[in-house]
Amino acid sequence: MTTPVVPVTAGTPTGDVPADGAVLGKISYRIPVIYAVLVVFALLGLVGTLLRREGVWSQTTEFQSRYGDQWFTIPNFSVPSLLTIIVLTVLITGATGYAYVLTAARRTIPVWLHIAVGLAFVAAFLTWAGAGKTSVIPVTSLLAGALALSVPLIFGAMSGVVCERSGVINIAIEGQLLFGAFAAAVVASLATQPYLGLVAAPIAGAMVGALLAWFAVKYQVNQIIIGVVLNTLILGLTSFFFSTLLADNRETWNARQPLGVIEIPLLSQIPIIGPVLFRQSILVYLMYAAVIILQIMLFRSRWGLRTRAVGEHPKAADTVGIQVNKRRVWNTILGGAIAGLGGAFFTVGSGLAFGREMSAGNGFIALAAMILGKWNPTGALVAALLFGFSKNLGNVLGTIGSPMPSQILAMLPYVITIFAVAGLVGRVRPPASNGVPYSK
Amino acid sequence: MKLELRGITKVFGPLVANDHIDLVVEPGEIHALLGENGAGKSTLMNVLYGLYDPDGGQILLDDTPVTFPGPGDAVLAGIGMVHQHFMLVPVFTVAESVALGYEPVGTGGMLDLASARRKVREISERFGFDVDPDALIEELPVGVQQRVEIIKALSRDAQILILDEPTAVLTPQETDELIKIMGELKAAGTSIVFITHKLREVRAIADRITVIRRGKVVGEASPQSTETELASLMVGRSVNLAVEKNPAQPRDNGLVVSDLTVLSGTTAVVDRVGFEVRGGEILAIAGVQGNGQTELAEVILGIDEAAAGTITLDGEELLGQSVRQRLRTGLGFVPEDRSTDGVVASFSIAENLVLDLYGTDEFSRGVSLNLGKIARNAEHRTKEFDVRLTDIHDPVSTLSGGNAQKVVLAREMSRPLRLLVASQPTRGLDVGSIEFVHERIVAERDRGTPVMIISTELDEVLALADRVAVMYRGRIVGIIDAAESGPAGINRDVLGLMMAGVPLEDAVEQAAGTQSVLASADAAATGRDLT
Repeated sequence: MTTPVVPVTAGTPTGDVPADGAVLGKISYRIPVIYAVLVVFALLGLVGTLLRREGVWSQTTEFQSRYGDQWFTIPNFSVPSLLTIIVLTVLITGATGYAYVLTAARRTIPVWLHIAVGLAFVAAFLTWAGAGKTSVIPVTSLLAGALALSVPLIFGAMSGVVCERSGVINIAIEGQLLFGAFAAAVVASLATQPYLGLVAAPIAGAMVGALLAWFAVKYQVNQIIIGVVLNTLILGLTSFFFSTLLADNRETWNARQPLGVIEIPLLSQIPIIGPVLFRQSILVYLMYAAVIILQIMLFRSRWGLRTRAVGEHPKAADTVGIQVNKRRVWNTILGGAIAGLGGAFFTVGSGLAFGREMSAGNGFIALAAMILGKWNPTGALVAALLFGFSKNLGNVLGTIGSPMPSQILAMLPYVITIFAVAGLVGRVRPPASNGVPYSK
Repeated sequence: MKLELRGITKVFGPLVANDHIDLVVEPGEIHALLGENGAGKSTLMNVLYGLYDPDGGQILLDDTPVTFPGPGDAVLAGIGMVHQHFMLVPVFTVAESVALGYEPVGTGGMLDLASARRKVREISERFGFDVDPDALIEELPVGVQQRVEIIKALSRDAQILILDEPTAVLTPQETDELIKIMGELKAAGTSIVFITHKLREVRAIADRITVIRRGKVVGEASPQSTETELASLMVGRSVNLAVEKNPAQPRDNGLVVSDLTVLSGTTAVVDRVGFEVRGGEILAIAGVQGNGQTELAEVILGIDEAAAGTITLDGEELLGQSVRQRLRTGLGFVPEDRSTDGVVASFSIAENLVLDLYGTDEFSRGVSLNLGKIARNAEHRTKEFDVRLTDIHDPVSTLSGGNAQKVVLAREMSRPLRLLVASQPTRGLDVGSIEFVHERIVAERDRGTPVMIISTELDEVLALADRVAVMYRGRIVGIIDAAESGPAGINRDVLGLMMAGVPLEDAVEQAAGTQSVLASADAAATGRDLT
């Protein structure tokens, strides 16, 4: 008979395996690497500047913060270009080193470091772009434009959050934005009242949302396919009406009806950010409200708890008497309405008439923002602002004339989208039952 | 509250899942519903809980007929259910999970989580559960998750609690604690319907036993019945619970695993594991589900990657070889989930039988399959392995679980094997199929093949193993020889403690001091020794 107890084979640990405790996995150096890429870009700009231009040391960059009438404004100021770029590059390099040390020690990198690195890089980039130019860098108007471009993205991302948290993938954001823009323009024009456009837009978006819910929940059609089909449908529909009805009777059907700017007293007088945030149309204030309300409702209300349960584990929700599919249908319609309202920004919100394909891919970037924001309203807000900023940066630099070709600048938001979604997010965890139809 | 089911019938297509079932549960009793997998126990309880609409019959509570269009209505009537697969949202906290569906709300539809927390604490203290209301569900061990489910039911004032296979995911010690909890609930006046196919547990706690077979009530039994009596009632014929096997004749060759580490993200799911399986012996890897057994099996097959360590078969290194190479070398592999990993459900039985061999000269020439040979192979194999079927060209999905598993075994054992790895070989099978599968595994061992089985069922481990290795959190806690009885050999209590991570020596010591509820009931009922 063999011995009763056979001991566990005791061997010498190999490879990554430490002698004592549990085996630890490989460290991900994603963040330091991303920082290092920024350092490389900064250095390239620096070297390029040094090689190319005469008298680089005496060049300056001028910044401007004035934007419309304000009680108090910071006067334009100039900085020595090269010195500023060098200082900022050193800062980013230091931050990269610090991030490396933190990562190697398996500690988390604080949020402020991300913000600081981002700001330093943007400042260095602006200084480089405006070096030796007679034109100024309009800081406030750069930010104001960024916010404006972000508005439809933010509404779109909120729509995505509402739908996907309950388990319905909303690829149709693009179509909802476009239909919202169309409905807002037409209704505002017919009624010669821009605010009525704001009523029509969410209804139009909700109709698209209802179609999506009908196919996705009732008939359990693949949600991505139905979303793409809806986008195509809305594109065709609006283009058809645009080239027939709208083009022939522009004054009646597609007249410009801009929403007025509402200035919040006192708050709008804060230097730099005051006019950016608080000298806007009602649509922008509705956007603030949507993000705040959604953030609170999703995590603090009964509606939010049930929405999340339905998106994570629909069967568990069913067993406690929650009507899963009803909740999904209503959330998808609500999401459609939110995106539709966002679409109004393209027309009445910007004071423009409706134009063919005017949503121009914003719905897809909104979706990327939602993923980058990890399905959280505030996270999606930050991500959408990042995209809006990069887009407006391209615009502004295009007008003041930057050393970079304008085509490259126009690519900026999309390049940032790819990098952000691929690299920055890291491990994201969508709602567990996102896109999975529920039936008993 | 008294519960009565009268003539409950539920039909799914051609299958009569429940056929005029009558059941009476008296207030404050623990009523066991005993039956094999697929006998219709869970269907019956889902009807009672309002998840399924019955096609006939009546539900009476305290002699008043009631209908439950949805689970919400059943809950209102005082019925609570703990499902076999927990109905908990992994990213919620305990308080959120308990509140869901019955949320206490403050002003403006806002959640009143403070009162939800209070409720969790209150119930938790009343029954000594020790559950933190702010803990995240996914970070809790399954035993605690089950308590959360019970708290959920109790927080809605459940008078009748249905527990669907509650011990399937628990260690023997956790099972003991659950049994204690059930006792307390019973003392507090709650009726419990306890669904199980484990005879041992039924005898330990049930007040009354109703046995269901193929959708029908086949009889009532008292908890004093022996396991063999219960088993024959459940299966419908006399069964032999013990596996007949001779002592192992180990040879020198075999599988040697040393220092094997498998990572999932940054955590080691298999952590420096080492053991050997010699030719002609069965090593059973015991442990609660999710302690690294799945990954261990998959890394031996080659669909998971090892971070460190070696796996040699008869001295030849397996790591680095492709899955196909390993299969051709003579590795037979029975995956734990036969429906997703073992067969391609929409393929025919004949095709499934050559999934690993279709490319060999035997079954194909160039790009074309030799369909005649594939069919003849299928006829031959299905006869040899007693697969009950209508046609070998029918999709495998038309077979019952037991017959599908026989198809997997027929495929994996049709080649000359140098190693057999079988994960959960009898999960979800009826007793007849279990006997068959066990016989084949023992026969393979007697042919001199090293056999490694992975099982979470202690009964299966005890029936088959020549040696038992217990896994806990990716590590092997200890390896015990089955041939030795007594304190150091195989003993249900020792294994149970090891499955909770207690090292071998400590487990032996502790097990000698205390006897589990199940074990003492066992001893009392049969008057025989524990081992």
